[in-house]
Amino acid sequence: MIRISDVSKSFVLHNQGSAVIPVMEGASLSVAPGECVALVGNSGAGKSTLMRMIYGNYLAGAGRIMVGDVDVARAEPREILTLRREVLGYVSQFLRVVPRVPTLEVVAEPVLAAGGSAAEGEARARELLARLNIPERLWSLSPTTFSGGEQQRVNIARGFAHGFPALLLDEPTASLDATNRAVVLELIEEAKARGAAIIGIFHDAEAREAVCDREIDVSGFTPARAA
Amino acid sequence: MTPLLSVQGVTKHYGARLGCGDVNFDLWPGEVMGIVGESGSGKSTLLSCLSGQLAPDAGKVVFDTRADGPRDVLTMSEPERRMLARTDWAFVHQNARDGLRMGVSAGGNVGERLMAVGARNYADIRAQAIDWLGRVEISEDRVDDRPRAFSGGMQQRLQIARNLVTGPRLVFMDEPTGGLDVSVQARLLDLLRGLVREMGLSAVIVTHDLAVVRLLADRLMVMKGGRVVETGLTDQVLDDPQHGYTQLLVSSVLQV
Repeated sequence: MIRISDVSKSFVLHNQGSAVIPVMEGASLSVAPGECVALVGNSGAGKSTLMRMIYGNYLAGAGRIMVGDVDVARAEPREILTLRREVLGYVSQFLRVVPRVPTLEVVAEPVLAAGGSAAEGEARARELLARLNIPERLWSLSPTTFSGGEQQRVNIARGFAHGFPALLLDEPTASLDATNRAVVLELIEEAKARGAAIIGIFHDAEAREAVCDREIDVSGFTPARAA
Repeated sequence: MTPLLSVQGVTKHYGARLGCGDVNFDLWPGEVMGIVGESGSGKSTLLSCLSGQLAPDAGKVVFDTRADGPRDVLTMSEPERRMLARTDWAFVHQNARDGLRMGVSAGGNVGERLMAVGARNYADIRAQAIDWLGRVEISEDRVDDRPRAFSGGMQQRLQIARNLVTGPRLVFMDEPTGGLDVSVQARLLDLLRGLVREMGLSAVIVTHDLAVVRLLADRLMVMKGGRVVETGLTDQVLDDPQHGYTQLLVSSVLQV
């Protein structure tokens, strides 16, 4: 479902003496439907960079990033937007929402964006918020005033609302208590069972072992630093 | 599928000075495009050229009309362009006073647009006006007040109601949240985003506020000195800017 071949990336800092910082070279991996692959490596090895490139958030310098039949490294913005609506989901570490929108609508939005009805979206949002132990009295409020852990759970609910065939998870269990962590791991298992291809970053080793089928060490893709 | 708006090589000079140069992009149905850049970068000039308020020196602005398919707006006759501006386009000005009739009641401001496209039944017009005032969160008991008696945020919401009541397909917005305080901005952003999604609108939004484009725009175009220096998905341009000017722009935003 996700096939990456020979992807490289450098950052050019035009306002800092045009410094060129190569961050990735020859990255290749593939993930089959129903499989969950963990990206591992030290901080700064490029796990998030690789994930952001797959999502089209960072531009790839070279190589191919196939998600389904779209090459994210070359696709038009319009094609990436469609891919993100229908095929490729991303659970980031931070929730970014329009102020004042109620939590229920924030979670239901991906269902509507993918073409689901308002009723479907609401039903799915209610189910996920309840499973993730967000008290019902908060559902009609905007999540902007929620605690960090609550925001993270709303973000996860939103990420799992639509049944994306491919999912990117950036530290989905960070800052969660044991109960909610177990719920998130269940959600990941369910996504795998329905055939989603998943790439995740998990600093939580137990969580990683529980749901991931393989590990890929991204430090293998780090360019050799000229000393 | 054809683009709703296809902009090809649009160039405008003010004397020897470049207003905007060789701008090209396609806007697809349902897409929101943001244009950012500092003051004087040509964003507003471009918006005026696209919306038929200013004649560019060169280029084409092809709009996919309901009746005849894609047509160059710049070569249309004036009455045709005016009709299009009333039925298919909307223009939300930065300053609500530029987009409203200040001496006419709030209901009249909304109703006038309906009458311009042929509505004649007073009761229907009033009912639709009240419905739209409700959608932009202006209560029914203010329908007979003049916009002069409204706050800045309310005036802006009234301007949006006046513009969207005829069900346009393309909305041009020039700094729609400029000059409003942040709590009012948030309310307006929420409103705009809801309307864009419900009505399937396409929009071109000019602003210098990067937070506004991140929340509203699917795609982003960065202008400097009349030229487009970078385009792409909004989050990609903001998170991984390629051009030196965009990097400067993004890194200059104060973190809250």
